[in-house]
Amino acid sequence: MSGYTSDPRIRWTEWLPWLAAIAFFFAMPEYLSLGARILIYILTVLSLDLILGYAGIITLGHSAFFGLGAYTAGVLSAKYGLTDPFLQLLAAAVAAAALGMATGAVILRTKALTLLMLTLAITSILLEIANKASWLTGGADGLSGVKTDPILGMFKFDIFGRTAFIYCLIALFIGWLVVRRLIYSPFGAMLTGIRENTVRMHAIGAPVYWRLVLVYTMSATMAGVAGALLTQVNQFVGLNVLGLEPSGDLLVMLILGGVGRLYGAFVGPVVYLIAQDYLAKQYPEYWYFGIGVLLIVVVLFARGGVLGLVDKCLQALSRHRNSAKASAR
Amino acid sequence: MILYVISVGLSVTMGLMGFINLAHGVFAMAGGYIFAAAMARFGAPFAVAVIAAFLGVAAASVVLERLLYSRLYRSGELAQVLFSIGLILVSMASARMIFGDQAARVLLPDYLRGQLHMLGRDFPTYRVVLIGISAVIIVLLWFGVERTRWGAMVRAAVDNRAMAQSVGINTSVLFMGTFALGSGLAGLGGALGADILPVQWGYPFEHLVYFLIVVAIGGLGSLRGPFIAALLIGVADTACKYWIPEFGAFLIYAATIAILLWRPMGLFGVRA
Amino acid sequence: MPASALETQKLCKSFGALTVAEDIDFRLEPGARHALIGPNGAGKTTFVNMLTGRIAPSSGRILLGGEDLTKASQAARVSRGLGRTFQVTTLFRSLPVLDNVALAIAERDGVARRMWKPASKYSEIADEAMQLLAKLEIAADARTPVQDLPYGRQRLVEIAIALGLKPKVLLLDEPAAGVPSQDSGRILEVLAALPGDIAILIIEHDMDLVFRFAQRITVLVQGQVLVEGTPQEIAADARVRSVYLGEATHA
Repeated sequence: MSGYTSDPRIRWTEWLPWLAAIAFFFAMPEYLSLGARILIYILTVLSLDLILGYAGIITLGHSAFFGLGAYTAGVLSAKYGLTDPFLQLLAAAVAAAALGMATGAVILRTKALTLLMLTLAITSILLEIANKASWLTGGADGLSGVKTDPILGMFKFDIFGRTAFIYCLIALFIGWLVVRRLIYSPFGAMLTGIRENTVRMHAIGAPVYWRLVLVYTMSATMAGVAGALLTQVNQFVGLNVLGLEPSGDLLVMLILGGVGRLYGAFVGPVVYLIAQDYLAKQYPEYWYFGIGVLLIVVVLFARGGVLGLVDKCLQALSRHRNSAKASAR
Repeated sequence: MILYVISVGLSVTMGLMGFINLAHGVFAMAGGYIFAAAMARFGAPFAVAVIAAFLGVAAASVVLERLLYSRLYRSGELAQVLFSIGLILVSMASARMIFGDQAARVLLPDYLRGQLHMLGRDFPTYRVVLIGISAVIIVLLWFGVERTRWGAMVRAAVDNRAMAQSVGINTSVLFMGTFALGSGLAGLGGALGADILPVQWGYPFEHLVYFLIVVAIGGLGSLRGPFIAALLIGVADTACKYWIPEFGAFLIYAATIAILLWRPMGLFGVRA
Repeated sequence: MPASALETQKLCKSFGALTVAEDIDFRLEPGARHALIGPNGAGKTTFVNMLTGRIAPSSGRILLGGEDLTKASQAARVSRGLGRTFQVTTLFRSLPVLDNVALAIAERDGVARRMWKPASKYSEIADEAMQLLAKLEIAADARTPVQDLPYGRQRLVEIAIALGLKPKVLLLDEPAAGVPSQDSGRILEVLAALPGDIAILIIEHDMDLVFRFAQRITVLVQGQVLVEGTPQEIAADARVRSVYLGEATHA
């Protein structure tokens, strides 16, 4: 998709998700808070795809950045009275970027299982800190009373979630623009190269390590902003944003949608969160069971996720059409 | 020490076979359930129940391996991670549906309860027995891996399956057996530890981080490594909880990070 | 004396008790056509890996164009003009051939760091890549994913990537390895047509190719340089015959 031979212009199909989002806003006003959640997770999964799908860094610790962003916004607001929404986002971005750079610089020298373990350890440490430092983070009860000023002084966060939805939509749009640019740029082609064959990248003179640290930091920043958005929208932050479990959720969402393709990050959270909203409340055990089975099936038979399956269908259809045309002549 | 018995199985499957099996805790949990059921429902004596756990889990793992795991040997890390997460979710949900929210109740036989008086101090009998069993296991494993060609054969088969097969090694059976052993050990650990680490549906996820830490610090493919790591963690955990309870598991994680950065292969890692 | 293109001084490497390279003194002149031969396990690929920076030597120095690069990273050496191909094809398998070469050119030009303008808009990179492919007569495959090409063509892509770096020194690790004999003639043509200002070191087992290509040959046995000289000298050397060429005639 990216690379020196691909066409970077935005295809008309790429505007569909945004049209769908706007339609959703008007058509489903009761579900706007779920909608905002979905948008936030799309942004997060997008950041994860950047390092996992494009650069090939397999991590169980992405929740660390999400959670750090979430708690930064929450703590600054509830404990220190910083309620300007953009400053909260900025602070979250800076904190997550710092963590991303620091941890990335240290752990990206390792590989495979060691790297996986380190990412897991980092998010676990943050979870422990959040748990124990209850004077700051509210501990297991979480931090409530997170206030955020109206956006641009005008748009208050209303109880219907209208402001929240549009706010998150704009944030996602910006994130999407940035990621899309990045993927089609030479940097994006280079990331694909690192994923495809790291040895070769070294041999053509790419300073692989520094590039990985850079993209890791960028991804962390994005995830941190997403976390802050969640806190702002919920006016609350709890322990469930840190640790192994949310990292696992993100992975599942990504694989469901399709790894290494821009829109996998869009499809995955939509499918996952809608299903979760519906099923998990009614039948929690069945929900876990179902997701587990789905995951196994996807890994074994549909590695490309939903979008991969769509691709295969389209290919089969066009082959069918071509052979029909050929036999009609 | 429970950590050791369970984790050494993980060191075997992950280290020797190179398969990232995060679902290892599932086998431990299964062992715990079999053990508890054997004693409570069938009135089996302790030793028999433990052995039943080992064999039962090993057998089940063979089925899983043949059906599912074997398809993913060459599939890369991400696929293996995701698959094992899926397996964890399925088994956790199943356990909850079948056994409910309560932990499996385990009644230790009388001869294992109480204290042993050794070296001028009182030690809980059960813990001492556990350490003894762990020591026996480590010796048996060491014999099996170092003295026989089994360890070398598995590594060869993992490195280059076609080559190993052409040399006459039946790689399918080899993988099956190794996996069964690793998982069986997990089941054994789950059974033995049922008293200390309660067996309930959240088990595989709850303790996953610890199993991984033991293996990562101890070193993949090593047998002594997880032993030392489990010892260290056990001691550190107790010490921390005693002296600095506000820090909780923080130090364990920090230590993990420090050790892995110093020695990415683990303290006794074999894959140099 | 003018600076050598590539030089090692007393290069050594041991893995624990195992010594794979011992006191290797090696000199590659600018524009040279130099071959490195030796029996299997002689340490040739280890030597190349040390030259490119994949492995650090235990002792000794490596100089590129007179500059000491013993401690330099792989990327630094590439930017100073060192390029290599691998014995086992190491390409970006699912990417088109053009992208494979373009990535190398982009690294060389410093374009690879750019994050804003789309890659395909850097037409000078795609153009240069196409020219390179045309020179190697694989331009028709430009849009084909590498993994769909026959092995002989993949080996040519391997060389194309290295050439994309505009190296001053080119290390070719068994360029004809695994290539069916009808295609290896093509590889030889390509090698013969390489620019005269590049210093080339080739590791090969194909003695035919070595003797037709090389102006100087170094024989490496068990990590040590046995002898170095012109092809005629090497062919006539009795030690080389017994150690190495004797093997080849049996093979």
